[in-house]
Amino acid sequence: MNRISAAVDRFGRAVLDNIEEMGRIFILFISVLMWMVRPPLKLRLIFKQMEFVGVKSIFVVVLTGTFTGMVMALQGYYGFRMFNAESLVGSTVALGMTRELGPVLTALMVTARAGSAMAAELGTMRVTEQIDALSVMATNPVKHLIVPRIIAGVIMLPALTIVSDFMGILGGYFVGVPILNINAGAFIKNITKMVDLGDIYNGLIKAAFFGLILSLVGCYKGFNTTGGAEGVGKATTEAVVLASVSILVSDYFLTAIMF
Amino acid sequence: MIKLVDVHKSFGRQKVLGGINLDIEDGKTTVIIGGSGGGKSVLLKHIIGLLRPDSGQVIVDGVDIASLNDRDLNEIRKKFGMLFQEAALFDSMNVMENVAFPLRAHTKKKDAEIRQTVAEMLKAVGLPGVENKMPSELSGGMRKRVGLARAIALHPQIVLFDEPTTGLDPVMTEAINELIIETQKSFELTCVVISHDVQSIFKVGHRIAMLYEGKIVEYGTSEEIRGSSNPVLRQFLSGSLEGPISVM
Repeated sequence: MNRISAAVDRFGRAVLDNIEEMGRIFILFISVLMWMVRPPLKLRLIFKQMEFVGVKSIFVVVLTGTFTGMVMALQGYYGFRMFNAESLVGSTVALGMTRELGPVLTALMVTARAGSAMAAELGTMRVTEQIDALSVMATNPVKHLIVPRIIAGVIMLPALTIVSDFMGILGGYFVGVPILNINAGAFIKNITKMVDLGDIYNGLIKAAFFGLILSLVGCYKGFNTTGGAEGVGKATTEAVVLASVSILVSDYFLTAIMF
Repeated sequence: MIKLVDVHKSFGRQKVLGGINLDIEDGKTTVIIGGSGGGKSVLLKHIIGLLRPDSGQVIVDGVDIASLNDRDLNEIRKKFGMLFQEAALFDSMNVMENVAFPLRAHTKKKDAEIRQTVAEMLKAVGLPGVENKMPSELSGGMRKRVGLARAIALHPQIVLFDEPTTGLDPVMTEAINELIIETQKSFELTCVVISHDVQSIFKVGHRIAMLYEGKIVEYGTSEEIRGSSNPVLRQFLSGSLEGPISVM
């Protein structure tokens, strides 16, 4: 009986801790919104973060987008061949990329690359008192450190998703047309017929939301780091796990709402 | 004038400050001494509003900073500079950008003026010409001196020092002590130094306060402290294992 009550106790505590953490992240988000509209807008810091989150992620996004499109074309071809519907491969790849895989894979890759770096950088700044130093110099750390990262995440994720969508479709074309001998005209025609702009826009809205999640979680975890080098490592891991899970869970609900 | 009135602070069940009362005199250096983990840094963070007390008042120039909102607190903070234990230089910026940071944030000086002020500050701390170095290229003592240059760049009235000589060799310790004394005199600063380095305490401090078990148990001039019969103070200064201070 004691074991059961201890297990229930632990479960209850975990649930309460998670709810408390969600509340803290939400409070940070409100604080970010308030500091975002308060001048001056620190453009230099925003562009620096946009370069880090966006420009420096292009290579990895091109790579994952291209190979995802290629493998989707290959798998789709084996399935559609059974029904002599190989020409649908192009539209399947395009729909899959624009609605789901483009935004989700881009968000997961950027989480691994930039979300983790945000947590590690802010975490290191926290444990070495650099964030306290900012406060002492009458500079708000949320305005100076977090707002530029959130803006960069929200702007650059849709931009990277466009790259990922394009490269995925290009990869699908490369596998479908020259390698699997699908008719090029049918491949492209089915894309234009079945994919409308709404699919792309909704995918980009998702991407912006994922950009918010990964930067907010990365910054929150880094900003609240305690316990030296070990704490920084823990914060980084937790940021990647929490942001990735949040992206996948919210993807379901966003899809249910939008499509 | 800084005045702490019955300041209490706990973290969870751990009581760190249990009713601090302290008047810090203008234009003098007050050293707060006490054992490691005794709450000295917590006390210092209350003086600059990085931590808020559970109860009590922290009064700076007649204003209770514990009750201020962030915007008003930032205005008060412009009167302060602070040298952190490990200097807390921004490691993504070079020395020039570090020292220029408060100037760019709070003045409308042009770039040439800022560069000139930075050069003057670095000269004042005995490190001319290091503007282009990154913090990782500096020794511990150099980092602290750059940290001090950054702390005094805006010509504050009050400078706080968090264990300025910890981790330094004896020669560098002496150099930093001299620097604190010279800076205090030439800029007519009110300095608050927290330390457990007994030699440095008497060298830099006009007034010394002993923090023990969350309270100020002794406060006076260097001479008064040297002559005190308080057993806690006597044990701390002699470094003896025998006495009221227990080693955990």
